[in-house]
Amino acid sequence: MSILAELQRRFGDAIVETHDHRGDPTAVVAREALLAVLAHCRDEVALAFDVLMDLTAVDYLKFPGREDGPRFEVVYHLYSLTHNHRLRLKVRMDEDDPNVPSAVALWPIANWLEREVWDMFGVRFEGHPDLRRLLMYEEFVGHPLRKDYPITRRQPLIGPAS
Amino acid sequence: MGVGSFFTSKLDEAIGWARKYSIFQYPFVTACCGMEYMATACSHYDIDRFGAGLPRFSPRQADVLFVVGTISHKMAPVLKRVYDQMTEPKWVVAFGVCTCTGGFYDNYATVMGIDTIIPVDVYIPGCPPRPESVIDGLMKLQDKIAAQAQRY
Repeated sequence: MSILAELQRRFGDAIVETHDHRGDPTAVVAREALLAVLAHCRDEVALAFDVLMDLTAVDYLKFPGREDGPRFEVVYHLYSLTHNHRLRLKVRMDEDDPNVPSAVALWPIANWLEREVWDMFGVRFEGHPDLRRLLMYEEFVGHPLRKDYPITRRQPLIGPAS
Repeated sequence: MGVGSFFTSKLDEAIGWARKYSIFQYPFVTACCGMEYMATACSHYDIDRFGAGLPRFSPRQADVLFVVGTISHKMAPVLKRVYDQMTEPKWVVAFGVCTCTGGFYDNYATVMGIDTIIPVDVYIPGCPPRPESVIDGLMKLQDKIAAQAQRY
């Protein structure tokens, strides 16, 4: 049974949308079910996604054809060393509520990946143990990879740490 | 000895001559310009001919700070601290357009020229500058060192 069919059978409506382009399975998951889906992907023997390859986000502001849809998507790339297969999970959220449950309890690497997404996109991860900026410095204002961040905005220079 | 007297100016010249041929540089290398810096420093172009052949990897032992490569906002305090740790007399060379003006970077991460943080003596533009440009900049710095009023 394919990965997507297995997920749909188990989670039903929580799997909002799927596609499988050239053996590259992708599922859009409802935010409420995200942690359950992630935990199932990791722990189910037939799936065994033991590696979180990447966790990133996309800002669809003014994206052609998606102007009215949810603005942000957080993307999880999973990989199974046991079965040598991959899965991409996406979760969508609106501009006024950029919150996702944290996956740190499932994959420790999510700690820094979620901090990077928070830093760059301003998406909050509920339950993250230490949600600080990862790449930019603390005095930085805004989230630079958001599409409405002004490209030439000047940030104040920071001095040597005292 | 008063300023302008014959002996003082000759001593200044002697010290300037000595200083310009004993440049101990601190290479603050952060990016691709480092490759051109290495090419310049190695035997083919050989900046040892100009007395600048010995890089010191401690700012306290260095005379010239070579800032080689893009400086991000997060790196800026580090660069400032390295500069502050250097002892007088000291000079700064901005190596490559990123250090001169920010270069083609105009974004949230990059400092728009290191002269917004520390004073710069010689700007070497180029992306990256060829070794000939670097040597030209180094010779201009030597002229500047020789010509300036020496403090000792």
